[in-house]
Amino acid sequence: MGMTMTQKILAAHAGHEEVKAGQLIMANLDLVLGNDITAPVAITEFEKIGVDGVFDRGKVAIVPDHFTPNKDIQAAEQCKVVRSFAQEKQIENYFEIGEMGIEHALLPEKGLVVPGDVVIGADSHTCTYGALGAFSTGIGSTDMAAGMATGQTWFKVPAAMQFRLTGTLQEWVSGKDVILHIIGRIGVDGALYRSMEFVGEGVSQLSMDDRFTIANMAIEAGAKNGIFPVDEQTVAYVKEHSYRDYTVYEADPDADYDTCHTIDLSAIRPTVSFPHLPDNTRTIDEVGDVTVDQVVIGSCTNGRIGDIRTAAAILKGRKVAKGVRLIVFPATQRIYLQALREGLVEALVEAGAAFSTPTCGPCLGGHMGILAKGERAVATTNRNFVGRMGHPESEVYLASPAVAAATAITGRITDPASVSG
Amino acid sequence: MQAKGRAFKYGSNVDTDVIIPARYLNTSDPAELAKHCMEDIDSEFVKEVRTGDLIVADKNFGCGSSREHAPMAIKAAGVSVVIASTFARIFYRNALNIGLPILECSEAVRGIEKGDVVEVDFTTGEISNATKGQIYQAEPFPEFMQELITAGGLIPYIRQKKAT
Repeated sequence: MGMTMTQKILAAHAGHEEVKAGQLIMANLDLVLGNDITAPVAITEFEKIGVDGVFDRGKVAIVPDHFTPNKDIQAAEQCKVVRSFAQEKQIENYFEIGEMGIEHALLPEKGLVVPGDVVIGADSHTCTYGALGAFSTGIGSTDMAAGMATGQTWFKVPAAMQFRLTGTLQEWVSGKDVILHIIGRIGVDGALYRSMEFVGEGVSQLSMDDRFTIANMAIEAGAKNGIFPVDEQTVAYVKEHSYRDYTVYEADPDADYDTCHTIDLSAIRPTVSFPHLPDNTRTIDEVGDVTVDQVVIGSCTNGRIGDIRTAAAILKGRKVAKGVRLIVFPATQRIYLQALREGLVEALVEAGAAFSTPTCGPCLGGHMGILAKGERAVATTNRNFVGRMGHPESEVYLASPAVAAATAITGRITDPASVSG
Repeated sequence: MQAKGRAFKYGSNVDTDVIIPARYLNTSDPAELAKHCMEDIDSEFVKEVRTGDLIVADKNFGCGSSREHAPMAIKAAGVSVVIASTFARIFYRNALNIGLPILECSEAVRGIEKGDVVEVDFTTGEISNATKGQIYQAEPFPEFMQELITAGGLIPYIRQKKAT
C-alpha cells in the first residue's frame, strides 16, 4: 500500500522508508512555534527540563500576536516573559511589535516554512502551512517545550481523507466558502485525528491566499493537518519569500484514504457558519434576514492582501451602514504596507472602517472589538463558539471577506453579488 | 491508580473557549484558571466541583484552540478524570502531557448521568457507576502512559527517566 503526502513527509522526518496510519513515530522538526499565550507556559515547562538552550536557534519562532499590542498589565507581563526568553536563548525568529504579524500569515511571508517541512506550533491554526505542501500541526505548550529542547516530537501517523477539487470558483466565492462548505458537509469532528489532503485540477484555480485559508481551518473539522500538493504557484510563492531549499513530496497513486470526497468548486455559493459551531453552515441564499452590530475582517484565516483587496473593492466609494462597526485587521506589517500603497486603506477608512495594527485581538475575544451581551458580528475569523468574541450571549457568524464587506454596507448578512458593480 | 467522584455531564463539542474563555488567558496560574473553568457552559461548575469529581461528555471534547490552559484549568479544579466518547486531538495530547487522565468510552458516556458516583481504575480501564450499579470497560492506558500520568505529565516523566 502506498503512502499519502502527509505520510511521506512524516516518514522522511522519522528516518523510515515507510510509515502506516496508526504507527507511532519520533519525527525531526524543522520549526517549533509559539505565541504570547502558549509560550509562557512552554517556557515554564522548558526550564524544568534542564537544558541550556533550544535545539536550534534558527528553528524556533516566537510571535507575540494574541494580546498585543499589550492589552493589559497581565498580558504585558506575559509578553515580557516571552521577550526575555527570546533574548536569553537568542531565538532568531522572534518578531516584536512593528515587525510582527499574526503568526500563521507571518511565518510563510518570512520564508520560514517551505514545502516538505514538519512544523509544530502551540496554536491550533498551525495547520495553515499545509498550503505550502508542508506537514504542520497544532500542539500544546508542553509539546512546544519538549520540541524546543530536543528538536523532535512524537506523532501517531494519521489516516487521511481525500478532497478532489474540480471546476472553478464563481465570482465573489473564495477559499473561505470552500472550507466552510466542506466543514458543513463533514462536521466539526468529520476529520478527527486525520489528514485532509486536497487534490485535483481545481487546486490550480485557487490562489495561495485561498489555500492558506482552507488549510487554516482544517482544525475546525478536527483534522490533524490539511495539505495541498506543490504546484507552480507554490514554487513561485516560496521563491519570492524564502532562500531555503525545499523538498516536494507527492502522494503515491495507491495511497490509502479512509474516504474520498469530490468538491465541485463551481457549485459552491458564498457560505456562512451560524452560531455556535463552524459546521452550522448555510449558503447565502438560505441566510434570511440577519442584522449585525459589528463586522470583523482579518485574522490568520482571512487577513491576507487578497482579502483586504476584496473588502476594499466592495467598500470603495460606499459607506458602512449606520450603527455597524467595521474593523479591518491586516495580518502582517507587510500586508499593512501593501494595502497602504495600493490605496486600500484609504478606500476602507473613507467607507467608515477602523483599520487596525495586526493582532489576533477580537478573533478570540481578546481585545480590540469585544461584543456586548446580545450583540451579533459577522467575522472572517475561524470560530463561532459560545463567547468566542466576547459575552457568552453574543453571536458570531463566520463568512468570507466579500460577504463581510457587503454586510458592512447593508447592516445585514448580504450576498456580495447584490452590492457589487 | 484510581479515581472516584461525582460526575458532571455535558454533550458533544465542548470547546476550549467554554472550558476556559480567552478573556482569562492573560495568566497561566492553574489556580486562577480553575476559578473560571467551564464558566461559559456551566456557571455552577466551579461552585459545585469537589476534588476527585469527573467530567463526562460526548463526542469531540476539547475541540478548538491548542491552549493547554484548558486541561490545566480542569485539573486544577480538582477533576480526577475526563471520560468522553472522543476527544479533539490537541486536547488529548495536552491532557496526557500535563497528567490529566482521560478515557474514551461511549458506553460509559451513555450510562453515566449528572451526579452519579463513578470509580475508575486506570490499570484495568474499568469504570464503575456506583449509583447505577453498572460497569463499563475502557481501553486501559499502556504502562508508559500510566507512568507518565502518575509522574504528573510529560516533563516530570522525562526528568524521572533522565534521573534513573
